[in-house]
Amino acid sequence: MSKGEIVLGCLAPHPPHVVYAENPEQNEAFAEGGWETLRWGYHRLARKLKNIDYDAMVIFTPHWQTYIGTHFLGLPKFKSKSVDPVFPNLFRYNYDISVDVDLAEEMKSAAADAGIITKMMRNPDFRVDYGTITSCHMLNPEWDKPIVTISSNRNAHYYSAEVMNEQAGALGEACAKAIEKSGKRVVLISSHSLSHRHFVTESPLPEDMSREHIYNHSQYVWDMKLVELMREGKMKEVIDIIPEFTEQTIAETEAGGLTWMMAAMGFPDFSAEIYGYQSVIGTGNLIAAWDPNSATREIVL
Amino acid sequence: MNDEPEILFGIYCPPHPQPLLSPDENSGYRKLREGFETCKKRIEESGADIILVYSTTWPSIVGHQIQAHPNPTWTHVDDDFHYLGSMPYSFEIDTEFAEKYVECSKERGLHSRTVSYDGFPIDTGSIVALKLLNPENKIPACIVSSNMYANRAETIVLGKAARDAIKIQGKKAVVVVVSSLSNRMFTEHIDPSDDRIHSAKDDEWNKKILEFFADGRLEDISQLSRDIHNQIRVSKVVAYKPAWWMAATMGQHNNYEGEVLAYEALHGSGGAVIMLTPSKQSVGDKEFDEDDVEFYQGDRDVLSQEGI
Repeated sequence: MSKGEIVLGCLAPHPPHVVYAENPEQNEAFAEGGWETLRWGYHRLARKLKNIDYDAMVIFTPHWQTYIGTHFLGLPKFKSKSVDPVFPNLFRYNYDISVDVDLAEEMKSAAADAGIITKMMRNPDFRVDYGTITSCHMLNPEWDKPIVTISSNRNAHYYSAEVMNEQAGALGEACAKAIEKSGKRVVLISSHSLSHRHFVTESPLPEDMSREHIYNHSQYVWDMKLVELMREGKMKEVIDIIPEFTEQTIAETEAGGLTWMMAAMGFPDFSAEIYGYQSVIGTGNLIAAWDPNSATREIVL
Repeated sequence: MNDEPEILFGIYCPPHPQPLLSPDENSGYRKLREGFETCKKRIEESGADIILVYSTTWPSIVGHQIQAHPNPTWTHVDDDFHYLGSMPYSFEIDTEFAEKYVECSKERGLHSRTVSYDGFPIDTGSIVALKLLNPENKIPACIVSSNMYANRAETIVLGKAARDAIKIQGKKAVVVVVSSLSNRMFTEHIDPSDDRIHSAKDDEWNKKILEFFADGRLEDISQLSRDIHNQIRVSKVVAYKPAWWMAATMGQHNNYEGEVLAYEALHGSGGAVIMLTPSKQSVGDKEFDEDDVEFYQGDRDVLSQEGI
């Protein structure tokens, strides 16, 4: 069996607004559109994925929050309805998801071997979080590939953003080993915004784009600094400043997703593909991808 | 109409699912379960019209969300303790109260809305509390979220709005706050029989808070919330808010009869079942430092040019 590999890494924010605005048949709410900069960026990245041969998507999500270790979805099918607890008016999504349990088990074992506290989640009533669903829907609306969802252990809450960075990095390295051993071609997804301060009010029509802007300029400047470093291929530097970025912008990087993905990919020193940046209810959202294959790597924006 | 709302008593109880799903795995879990059962009996005997729940495990962002589905029904699974089993639920919600609570919140300057959607994910803490305190839905309930950005002023005003709604509707209410005391859990899986409070410091602080509760010093605990947050709460949210809301809803004073029915560890966190009944006796007001607030003024545009 040939070695498995990571064929693409995607930073894929999960504001449910983007699924809401797409009006897929799975979602009960209806929108008149909105957040096109993000959605069109997602469409382009989804088209790129159609041209990549891969076996599974592995997603690290901030909305399955665990405090006792890192958990992995551990049953082959999950079918239910996901209702966003914060934006139930926008997101009530009926899902039918396949999980690559073998790959999840291999990642769990590799993480446990690395000293990370782990647990498989095998309760059939478990509801898959809306972060997983939003990012995966936008990247692969056909849902024709199995996924693995990894919970976010909240080290930043219990210790510090620095500890989170170390732990998420260790998890990323362990997952990379498991992927290599599996022989599979895998797409990694880090599902989160960058700056993450929300407005605490919502306009009467949520998709009214005349009301949408970043929460404050400081958040924007920090987000742009990260984008600049990503364009320059300085991902080790990005991860080094993640604790400060997280603290300064209340960033959703606090969950560890970007650190996990970059560590798994060996901290790329090549340019990220930038697909779009837009605020959603004040938060800063970037769609980006890291393509290890220089022949298919693009300058998108 | 009476000037004061009729709040029969308050309950402070933990959000973790062990007392519901695995009460016999540790004698402490069983004691907490028995504490819940005592409260359940008192509720049934009280003639209450409504159980109003404030849950720290229901975070909101867009203002304050208030459950208004008449019969929310689902099977819930906890993010961490999924291996303990599923929690099927079917609750009876007082939708008229929910609407009134929103109205009263808006009148006090808060952004607030009801949620009424099939399949809405009611949180672990609310489910544990309502399934153990009101298993047969004998009394309609209502649940209010805990806004993750809200601090003291906003939370106190949210409590006062609840008080307004109870008074206007003339209902006899039992107020339930779902929250741990210290909330640091062990970060590894443990044998339930080995459960204990995570640290001696957490245990000492918990016991000090319990002394205050036993003395009926609710407002004093509210005044000490920032200290409690700094000392024994992990930094998930900006502040320890449940005592602010509980005091503002029940009455900002120390005139209560307190009963600590159980205090035990729940995977390292401090879980207590406590009852507070309004009383004419008081130890006096000892910890009053922070101002009271009646209306929420928002962020006052502190970042805008106009505010400079």
